[in-house]
Amino acid sequence: MTPRIRHLLARARETALMMVGQPSYTAYLRHMAEHHPGHAAMDPAAFFRDREQARYGGKGGGRCC
Amino acid sequence: MTLREKIGWGAMSLLGACALAVVAFQRGEHVNALWIVAASVSVNLIAYRFYARYIARNVMQLDATRPTPAIRRADGLDYVATDRNVLFGHHFAAIAGAGPLVGPVLAAQMGYLPGTLWILAGVVLAGAVQDFMILFISMRRDGRSLGELIRMEMGAVAGTIALIGAFAIMVIILAVLALIVVRALAGSPWGLFTVAATIPLAFAMGIYTRWIRPGRIGEVSILGVIGLLLAIVYGGQVAESAFWGPVFTLTPVQLCILMVGYGAVASVLPVWLLLAPRDYLSTFLKIGAIVALAIGIAVVAPPLRMPALTKFIDGSGPVWSGGLFPFLFITIACGAVSGFHALIASGTTPKLIASEGDAPFIGYGAMLMESFVAIMALVGATILDPGIYFAMNSPAAVLGTDAASAAAAVTNMGFAITPEALAQAARDVGETTIISRTGGAPTLAVAMAEIFSNLIGGQAMKAFWYHFAILFEALFILTAVDAGTRAGRFMLQDLIGLAVPSFRNASAIGPGIVATALCVTAWGFFLYQGVTDPLGGVNTLWPLFGISNQMLAAVALILATVVLFRMKRQRYAWVTILPAAWLCLCTITAGLLKLFSSDPKVGFLAHASKFADAAARGEILAPAKTMAEMQRIIFNDRIDAALIALFLGVVVSILAFGIRSCRAALKVDRPTVTEVPPMLVPAE
Repeated sequence: MTPRIRHLLARARETALMMVGQPSYTAYLRHMAEHHPGHAAMDPAAFFRDREQARYGGKGGGRCC
Repeated sequence: MTLREKIGWGAMSLLGACALAVVAFQRGEHVNALWIVAASVSVNLIAYRFYARYIARNVMQLDATRPTPAIRRADGLDYVATDRNVLFGHHFAAIAGAGPLVGPVLAAQMGYLPGTLWILAGVVLAGAVQDFMILFISMRRDGRSLGELIRMEMGAVAGTIALIGAFAIMVIILAVLALIVVRALAGSPWGLFTVAATIPLAFAMGIYTRWIRPGRIGEVSILGVIGLLLAIVYGGQVAESAFWGPVFTLTPVQLCILMVGYGAVASVLPVWLLLAPRDYLSTFLKIGAIVALAIGIAVVAPPLRMPALTKFIDGSGPVWSGGLFPFLFITIACGAVSGFHALIASGTTPKLIASEGDAPFIGYGAMLMESFVAIMALVGATILDPGIYFAMNSPAAVLGTDAASAAAAVTNMGFAITPEALAQAARDVGETTIISRTGGAPTLAVAMAEIFSNLIGGQAMKAFWYHFAILFEALFILTAVDAGTRAGRFMLQDLIGLAVPSFRNASAIGPGIVATALCVTAWGFFLYQGVTDPLGGVNTLWPLFGISNQMLAAVALILATVVLFRMKRQRYAWVTILPAAWLCLCTITAGLLKLFSSDPKVGFLAHASKFADAAARGEILAPAKTMAEMQRIIFNDRIDAALIALFLGVVVSILAFGIRSCRAALKVDRPTVTEVPPMLVPAE
């Protein structure tokens, strides 16, 4: 796999996850490292559950007709 | 613009103009579907390149250096600066649902031309403008929701009125979506089995992502899709089984009861068990099916067999009643302009946008893409033999129940078809009958089966593709039903909370159950009414849905106008005033006709008094069989009329608030908007 194709696949994966409300875990870790170095970050499973609840359980779980 | 760009856009305009001319003026022989596709693609690209850019630069004055909520409030969770292509996918998946697939199918009763023209003009001047403006407004206010935005810019009363309107829309949307599923699955054991199979399948997926391999959405979705395909294949055998076939053959009323029960239970289950896993399936299947349909239409290049205009533009059509103006503009809501998008453009998307410079692509662009989906649905409905189309979409009251009476009735409309052709069409897709399968979804499924079987599998695979299409539509409608019931519950808690503050507590069990029950009862009422309606229900509910959705769009565009006035950019406010005025005109005219038209087919009150007069004389009018049924019809009509009156009240009062806010803004010589100031340093 060339780096270009690998990059495209990663993008496609990220898009598919974002479509179901799962933002990038790496971006979350980066944010925590940059802004809250003292705090423990959620592990992948906790992050997944947190985002799942935020998308479906709370208010404004909006999608169209 | 460089010379090369000028030549390129010139050629694009020429192509668009030629394609539109072919679509509009060619008569006598069948126009190829690709002309509509070409017209739509070129109109959309030109609008995106020129109009969206004009709005971005001149009307909004977007500033790519101004920090967006995702930058200012970055938290790695809700507020995340997201790549524009990734965000486009997220936003598109959120706005594209059943609406753009169903409306155009229903509108096809007037021929392909009126629908095509409205979708193209509507999206460019109204729908995409609305989505883009609301995204812009929310993005400048920390990603707040539509209700809060209206409260901020137009006052608390206007905000509350808009909330009530939004809740009423939610109820109608849920009822109409559930009705579509009921119509598609009634008397169809194959369809019902495959859809029912998604529930245990989703449970298994939910347990997998919760406990076995947390968060592995890709894996579990692949397993899920395999399960779905097996369910479709196995469903054919279930339908033929002497025992299981009848078990899965249900009447509309039985399905209605199941749907209401399902809605009530599903909306209180933990989200990871049913809602989330099925949303993965429905989202990925939806995107896959849309892409496949686009490829299919491009490769198969089917001719359009429906005429450009049918005689039903006079309003006498069997699918829905009412003339071209205003009812065409009500029937096609999603795909041209959909108020519901205002809720999404002020939902998660503004919290994820990385730069203001991405807003035209996300806000305007994603809506253009949705309009393209609507165009494909229109193509689907119009490549079918018109005889099949009208046999599927006319109510039983018009057609009778067997192939002979239906063929005679449709031939009588001027679209010749034989009973054998109807029976054969049903056999081709593995069903016992396709007569009066109203609601648009089955029609689209037949069209998709036609296109896909041309690509893969030929005639033998047609039944598989039909049930695949039904499953894909039913899947995201069911997802919308439980997600919508949850959203409706919170809306209701907020509304009741205005009077009883303790009701607002989102985690309290009591208010949650009460609000859920109220919400399910509300849409269940309209669903039951639609299911028992001899005219098929779609006839009554779809206009209610269309009016409410366009009304919300009008509200959103009025908000956008107010914001432009308060920014002191009223010079450019025609961009939103034009579509807002058009939508107010359409919804108010349609609402008044639905209330006061003397034609009982159109006016709810006229229909009610026709039945009330007969009841007073002791007569029973068909389709009622007893006096109790007469009373129920009268009661339903009056409820529908009250709902229309509520919608009219919402749109007229928001209009009045809007005009007042604009005039107040004109009197002040500086901007009065409540944007987050641009220089605010990022949080931390």
